[in-house]
Order: sequence, then C-alpha cells, then structure tokens
Amino acid sequence: MLRSMRETRSDLDQMFQALADPSRRAIVARLSEGPASVGELAGPLPMSLAAVVQHVKVLEASGLIQTRKTGRVRICRLEPAALRRVDGWIGEQRAAWERRLDQLGIYLADSAPGDASRADTDNA
Amino acid sequence: MGKRTVVHGSFSVDRYYPASPERVFAAFGTAEARAQWMHTWKGQHLAATHHTLDFWPGGIESFECVGPSGHRYRYVGRFYDIVAPDRLVYAYEMYQEDVRISVSLASVQLTRDRGGTQLVYTEQGVFLDGLDGPATREAGVADELAALEQVAFLRS
Repeated sequence: MLRSMRETRSDLDQMFQALADPSRRAIVARLSEGPASVGELAGPLPMSLAAVVQHVKVLEASGLIQTRKTGRVRICRLEPAALRRVDGWIGEQRAAWERRLDQLGIYLADSAPGDASRADTDNA
Repeated sequence: MGKRTVVHGSFSVDRYYPASPERVFAAFGTAEARAQWMHTWKGQHLAATHHTLDFWPGGIESFECVGPSGHRYRYVGRFYDIVAPDRLVYAYEMYQEDVRISVSLASVQLTRDRGGTQLVYTEQGVFLDGLDGPATREAGVADELAALEQVAFLRS
C-alpha cells in the first residue's frame, strides 16, 4: 500500500518541488499571461539563460508547463489542469512540509558533528 | 450559523538525510531544535509565541503565531506515540482567531538506511466549515496559483 501511495504521490511531489522555487513561480506567473519563449522568460530574471533553461526543464518534467521547439525558439505554455491539483488547504500543508523538511536537511548539515568545514571554535 | 462542512485530505512527503536516525529524531524533540527548521509557513519564518513543548506520550505542544496577512493562529498538538528514533505520532488542532479550523493526525517514520536516514512524514486531516474561503485564507502560493489557473483557463 505504501508503494502505490508513492506512485500516485510522485507526480504531485514533482509539482510541489517545482513550485518551491521563487524563480519558477515567477515563470509560471508570466506564462499565466500567455505563452512565451525561453528568451522572453529569461528577460526579467536575474540569472543566466542556462539557469532559466534548467528551471524550464524542471517545470516541464513536473507537468506544470509544456514546451515546443519551433526552429531555434522554444515556446513554453502553462498546463492549467496541473495547477488545479496543487490548490487547496492540503496543498498548502504539503507545501509547508516540503519546505520544513528542506530546512531540516539544512539544520542537520549545519549541526553535523566533526564537520571539517566549520570554524575551529565550534569543535566540541 | 453557516453551513457545516468538512474537507478531508492527506499527503505524505519523504526525504533522505545523511545523518543518523538518532540525530534526525532529536531535531523533533526540543523546542530549540524545532525552532531551527519547523517554524516556516508560506516561505516565511514565523515567530512563535507562548510556545510550550511536553515531548512525551500524552504531552502537549502549543504555540501562537501571526500569519503573513495578519491572521492570528494557535496550534495545539498532543503526542500519542514516541519511539526514539523510529517514530512519532501526534494529532493537532489549528485555530484561526480562536475558531477551530482543522484537526489533523501526523506521523514521522525514520528508517536507518546506508549510513543515513529515510524520513516519511504523513498527515491526514479534516478542514472545518469552509474556513479556507477567500475572506479567511492566507494569500500564498496556492491562492496565487488558483488565480493564475483561472487566467490560463480563460486564455486557452
């Protein structure tokens, strides 16, 4: 039963993780106004085109957007049906726990014993 | 008195951490540790006030905080099963402005795996009386996206 739960969960997992990033949320917001090329999406974002391409790939893999290459231009558009699955109170709870568990990972890494990269004064 | 409604929902999320189950479990066990990672909502760190934590079976955790839009929340949880470092089972109520808005059951399962820990967090809850309507809900990712989805639908 746990295995089937994971199978049905995995696509929602990807969507939530895709939306956990503010740059990707900005891309989704822009695409809500209509399709756009990767170049157009990159314009307002403070990062390299290569970084934007990576974000677009994550969003496409999650099912939130679709892309199509026409010649040398890749056009992206929102997949509205996907967004409906993310909404709602449970979606918010889940998103909160995705962030909390990410924060837990950071806390565990920062407080790891015997970490060579930490300042000497932290050695117990 | 408005219409009484209940919405059920559940979800499960998991992570692998390169840390022992003992260390991961300890991150749940004290107020100081929890404050380092748990007090986040809508991408913001929340300042919890009146925080009490009795981390034993039957013990209560409670705190208050103010959400990004100014709503006042109170969390009251009871621990049911605490088996270090394997699992934690608790239930909690959430209040918004002193009105109960949800009751949930949560579990944390930790499994030793390749020198680290596999964590599974599972939650199931009931959300009461449609108090997730536009007037009372926090604006956040879900609301932004609901608005976006409507726009996208209209344009498609």
